[in-house]
Amino acid sequence: MTHATDIADYLARHERKPLLRFITCGSVDDGKSTLIGRLLYESKQLYDDQLAKLERDSARHGSQGEAIDYALLLDGLAAEREQGITIDVAYCYFGTDRRQFIVADCPGHEQYTRNMATGASTADVAVVLVDARKGLLTQTRRHSYIVALLGIRHIVLAVNKMDLIGYDQTRFDDIAAAYTELADALGIRQVRAIPMSGLCGDNIVARSAATPWYAGPPLLEHLETIAVDHDDAGAPFRMPVQWVCRPDQDFRGYAGLIASGRVQVGDELVSQPSGRHARVATLSVGDSARESVEAGQSALISLDHEIDVSRGNVLAAAASACAIADQFAVQLLWLHDAPLMPSRRYLMKIGTRTVNTQITNIKHKIDVNTQEHLAATRLLLNEVAQCNIALDQDIAFAPYAENRTLGSFILIDRTTHATVAMGRIEFALRRASNVHWQALDVGKAARAKIKDQIPRCLWFTGLSGSGKSTIANLVEKRLLALGHHTYLLDGDNVRHGLNRDLGFSAEDRVENIRRIAEVARLMVDAGLIVIVSFISPFRDERRMARERFGDGEFVEIFVDTPLAVCEQRDVKGLYAKARAGLIPNFTGIDSPYERPQQAELVLDTISEQTDALALKVVDAALK
Amino acid sequence: MGRFASYPRRCDFTHNVQMTLTHLDRLEAESLHILREVAAEFSRPVMLYSIGKDSSVLLHLLRKAFYPAPPPIPLLHVDTTWKFRDMYALRDAVPARYGVDLRVHINPDGLRDGVGPFTHGSAEHTRIMKTEGLKQALDAGCYDAAIGGARRDEEASRAKERVFSFRSTQHRWDPKQQRPEPWQLYNTRIADGESVRVFPLSNWTELDIWLYILREHIPVVPLYFAKERPVVERDGSLLMVDDQRFPLHAGETPQLRRIRFRTLGCYPLSGGFESDADTLEKIIAEMLQARSSERQGRLIDGDAGASMEQKKQEGYF
Repeated sequence: MTHATDIADYLARHERKPLLRFITCGSVDDGKSTLIGRLLYESKQLYDDQLAKLERDSARHGSQGEAIDYALLLDGLAAEREQGITIDVAYCYFGTDRRQFIVADCPGHEQYTRNMATGASTADVAVVLVDARKGLLTQTRRHSYIVALLGIRHIVLAVNKMDLIGYDQTRFDDIAAAYTELADALGIRQVRAIPMSGLCGDNIVARSAATPWYAGPPLLEHLETIAVDHDDAGAPFRMPVQWVCRPDQDFRGYAGLIASGRVQVGDELVSQPSGRHARVATLSVGDSARESVEAGQSALISLDHEIDVSRGNVLAAAASACAIADQFAVQLLWLHDAPLMPSRRYLMKIGTRTVNTQITNIKHKIDVNTQEHLAATRLLLNEVAQCNIALDQDIAFAPYAENRTLGSFILIDRTTHATVAMGRIEFALRRASNVHWQALDVGKAARAKIKDQIPRCLWFTGLSGSGKSTIANLVEKRLLALGHHTYLLDGDNVRHGLNRDLGFSAEDRVENIRRIAEVARLMVDAGLIVIVSFISPFRDERRMARERFGDGEFVEIFVDTPLAVCEQRDVKGLYAKARAGLIPNFTGIDSPYERPQQAELVLDTISEQTDALALKVVDAALK
Repeated sequence: MGRFASYPRRCDFTHNVQMTLTHLDRLEAESLHILREVAAEFSRPVMLYSIGKDSSVLLHLLRKAFYPAPPPIPLLHVDTTWKFRDMYALRDAVPARYGVDLRVHINPDGLRDGVGPFTHGSAEHTRIMKTEGLKQALDAGCYDAAIGGARRDEEASRAKERVFSFRSTQHRWDPKQQRPEPWQLYNTRIADGESVRVFPLSNWTELDIWLYILREHIPVVPLYFAKERPVVERDGSLLMVDDQRFPLHAGETPQLRRIRFRTLGCYPLSGGFESDADTLEKIIAEMLQARSSERQGRLIDGDAGASMEQKKQEGYF
């Protein structure tokens, strides 16, 4: 192919080739990496130096004796080669005359399910591998569940290692039947089962003579011809605004990747959630002006008059705009080692918007083996659950089944910044939008004025026995003597009443603090100076408490007494019990205390007297 | 460049024409989206510019992503002082051509000690002038996001890396603890001192890069095109004698041979090969028939299997 016209023909064909993204998944040792390696090899996608390197690597790390170990093409991390396993997704790129392919080779181990889900989230087709000797395993079911959760409509069931069962048709049929039953339960209708051997190359690129009873296409041909609906362009227009382009005073454009639909110059759009309308003045992609743009393009839109649009808003077709809500029923896949705590706040990134959110209720966990619903108070790594969540503001959204971009989200831990969950919106909880805030005539300011004081929450935190309650008591006495209206909420006392139903597990501690913070907020609203004396060991919960109050209302007071001193004092004899193993989850012993980083006051109980410390707090309270 | 009568030209679309996005259109859209996320969510982003073909594409995309505004992200070139002269010529034309701020950093310690590939060996030269130089420049600029042109089809450990790839305060990559990155939702949250490396070309292949250069008429270094150049042959590699610093062995004389390069780095570390491909079309045709991968011409990653991963863990791009 050296003549310009041949190249031109080739390029023109190449340009128009559709793209298919697929994953390989299934249990460890079912031969996923080997299959892709074989696919690349058989479709002549490997270069000579890559092959030579593969032969060298096979001799050194390979698990196939003298033969080539194709898995080494993809297991590129040192840890993967040493352990002979796949840890993270590997992306591979190849093409045939009919299609371009992006393959994500997903790890099979349960502990790396989050990486599998990363690979699967952008796939059109999932190739689920099963070892013909073993049949369906837990990971087969788990991965199939996640494939269904992510909305992948097409599955190829690759019954692999047929060579090891003598290409037994009955065994193949049994596995295919069992899988069809699973797929039906998961709502996946498009399943194609293929008998295969990655090692021997049966039914991968060419039909195998070893399976004369199999009439279907080999894997590659099936992937080349499978009809995948890429057309989001038919849906109503939606574009999350990524960036506002303002080169000068005269131009203001809104940039974004179009999630669905098509728009042309003159169309009427609405900015959501604000609800302001305007018409499209110009459209462009890069430096090229367009009459219309559609789903899948990164475009720039300018409007005929100025309305308030910024990053995080959604531009939608005015005639069929998005729904707006702040509470949702969602499905969550938990991705982190630290468990999900209901009531704890997380950041939620959806489209180009990041908001605060809280899981208000775990409705149930789902056993991915049986699809059974299980009651749960927390969610662990790789677990899936139906939850209700509440946001701190309205967003424009769409159910995941309708629009992947506006219906998918990740949750981010606010302290560690880890990505802790991925999820899909099922529907909005309409109930929520009916509960409006009552506008009250008498406000916080009026209530405070009649008491002649500035309402505040003085939040004492520190280890058990650090001296919180002693100092808090002195502070309240002193404030009362000065004529102020106060209330002291003590951790121990509240546990006898309001929080009687809560224990000391991590999730109960979170809920405990949420209730205390909420009560304190109501009391501050009533105009009181509220003193909270509470171990409150977790930074996230103290921040959650802080965020319930206005600027300057929340005064965090860290009673900084070293653990050794608290333990030595041991006024209530609790440390001795905890050391003896009689009290589990005791802060400082077998549960962490996270020291405050930005407390308004730090009280050093070693070098200063209790009375002097109390006066410091009173000063801060009346400032 | 790009004289190609029958190749379909880009055209403006008119009303009601059913358009089908091509593979390149989709890759472009994804890259523009990534670049805009960086500009929107980081306070001090920078783009690493290495003058090669991938950098040329990245720069072109940077301009498109923010057009008609000038790119809000500066470029950083970590200069080893050993690039080809043709590369410096292209680099120096960039600020005016793209209206972008180009910053150049040379490791002052390496400069003082006269570090170079001939005197210190390729590994030591790369470590000091590239890896250490890069870390110095990133620390000095307090950059919280560094955009690079790496592609997943280049090498097995790159194939595993996220688009937004988290780095510790020491610039280290932990391949076993990568953040999940579902859909196109990139978690850009980091603490002070931590940073993210961003790879907008993750899903592009070498072929896509050339097809896009052809489609968009993107200027690239002339060294990619075949031409007679002075070379010496050492250990099977054709090295170009680009300036007087090249120490010739006894009896060695540079010969004029018609060569070109598939990847470009420091000139003493980049092997050329004989070729007649002097147009983009011929380069692409040659690629389609090639039997070796593009990294073969690079003299630094021929060693142990996981060596690129190790370099990346240490902060190499």
